[in-house]
Amino acid sequence: MDFGPYLMLASLEGAVTAAVLALTAIGLSLVFGVMRVVNVAHGEFFMLGAVLAWWVASHVGGPPALGFVAALAIAPLAVGGLAALADMTVLKRVAYDPERTIVATIGILYIIQQVTLMTYGPEARPVEPPFNTRLALPWVEWGESGLQLYWPWGLSTTSYKLFVIGAAAAVLVGVWLLMARTRIGLLMRATQLDREMALAFGIPVERVYAMVFGIGGALAALGAVLIVPIQQAHYLMGGDPLLLSFIVVIIGGLGSLPGTVAAAVLIGLSDGIISVFFSPTLAKILATLLVALVLVFRPQGLFGTGAK
Amino acid sequence: MSDRAKVLALHGGLLVLLFALQFVLPAYHHGNLARIMVLASFAVGYNVMFGYAGLLSLGHALFFAAGMYGMGLAVQHGGAAPVPGLLAGIAAALAVSLAVGLLALRTAGVGFMIVTLMFAQAGYLTILYFGTYTRGDEGLVLQQAQRVLWGIDLTQPGTRYFAALLLFAVCVLATLAMVRAPFGKVLIAIRENEERARMLGYDVFRYKLAAVVISGVISGLAGAVYGLLFGYVGATFASVQYSIFPLLWVLLGGAGTVLGPFVGTLFMFYLIDLSSAVTSAYMLVAGVALVLLTLFAPQGLVGEIRDRIWRWLP
Repeated sequence: MDFGPYLMLASLEGAVTAAVLALTAIGLSLVFGVMRVVNVAHGEFFMLGAVLAWWVASHVGGPPALGFVAALAIAPLAVGGLAALADMTVLKRVAYDPERTIVATIGILYIIQQVTLMTYGPEARPVEPPFNTRLALPWVEWGESGLQLYWPWGLSTTSYKLFVIGAAAAVLVGVWLLMARTRIGLLMRATQLDREMALAFGIPVERVYAMVFGIGGALAALGAVLIVPIQQAHYLMGGDPLLLSFIVVIIGGLGSLPGTVAAAVLIGLSDGIISVFFSPTLAKILATLLVALVLVFRPQGLFGTGAK
Repeated sequence: MSDRAKVLALHGGLLVLLFALQFVLPAYHHGNLARIMVLASFAVGYNVMFGYAGLLSLGHALFFAAGMYGMGLAVQHGGAAPVPGLLAGIAAALAVSLAVGLLALRTAGVGFMIVTLMFAQAGYLTILYFGTYTRGDEGLVLQQAQRVLWGIDLTQPGTRYFAALLLFAVCVLATLAMVRAPFGKVLIAIRENEERARMLGYDVFRYKLAAVVISGVISGLAGAVYGLLFGYVGATFASVQYSIFPLLWVLLGGAGTVLGPFVGTLFMFYLIDLSSAVTSAYMLVAGVALVLLTLFAPQGLVGEIRDRIWRWLP
């Protein structure tokens, strides 16, 4: 393949990564924005979503699409419920102190991961995609009669991958509508702006916190359900999404939702493209160093506006 | 007895007890205790930063691994003897901690935690990336001939125990001296109220940087000695898990106490040892311990003893 089609293939793979990453990172960003805590167990909510998707899909009979749709509904709900429970039993009791919350969520990370290992086991298991048509993609080149289309060998994607990108975009629009247009979103934004004032106005801040934490976990689980037909479910799969979400949330500016989406697209695409042309390890080294340096020299993020 | 005499009696007593234990312990626990003393020295290093200066680092595996690989690479590829190897390890830890300190201390709180985490992750990936020299996950195995120090064979259990005890004693006595010196008092003042320490005219940044470097060097020394005594230098020791462990040990034992790191390491080592006999999911114990500690005993074991019984504990 020539460079052009190769780049297009890499960008398509990158776009799928970016779509799932945006969902996962927006959950982390929402939690940080409203609650001002960092949830280190976020990657495990992602992993749990994938594992539950496998569990639901393997227990629902019929065509693969039925199991997948059931997983799409059940896994995020269950993970969101668990996240809300973790918030009420643990985070509330450490009074959302930023440092103690990090230590407690590290504990939750190991609990979720190890309980999954004990019950689900160390195997990686696949979920069948509901549809998976292979789509060959055309490319243009200068031929004898000017520009002409041709189908290079190996340049193709699947209908499922395109669906992942579309579904993620739809969910992101949904999150934006929730935050901007509904009463619950209003309560969340009020809590984010001024917790004390929100309390004084009678907003049940603790319930809002539990809800935000639940939605954050559910979004990570949703991203995982979407990716699990492409990538298999495994009990250690939470590490990379956590790291990448951290990177995205920090580059995008802590707690800024539009910034997070922009950074997810940037990081997802560049991760896909860099990994194709260079070593993935080198790409990760550069990305982690970039995050550290952004936090040191530009704590408001690359897309953030002014320091607070 | 004056407080000073009590402190000396308690810490000296522990070291004498550890010295005496090597003659009575069965081989399995003898080996474990040697390992625990080296890991506890790592925790002592962590405690300088977290317990006394109040800086919560999530990337201490970087310093441990810097010492370990500084030593391991010098011995394996440079053909260095153990002493120059140890010095190379210390130099590597010193350089890395100075660089991390200079950058990371520009942030505070959660930012500091994430920056240290990211640097440690970058360090871990770097070790994997240069797999030709470090042999990545597989790690370097040091041969017996490379581990003879002044004619003393460090692969023998007896000498290994003694070397581990020596390292531990040096680390404990050094932190004890540090805590009782004006320098240690300033660190505690910064931990309690940074603004007030600054108002009193202390250069807070320099004190914190010194704490990071001291902590990094002690951790790196522990890493170098670990590699030398147990003959293995692997990328696992640079992974996130080895950044979480010292935090767990220090939290469990009691942050800001001289004996806490040892008590925490001892408890957690045996807890994980016992549970890994039952299940492969032994890190569950670590997770549950972390959650319970943050919820119910943020002071840790030794910290609770200090609060309730022995108020003079340093």
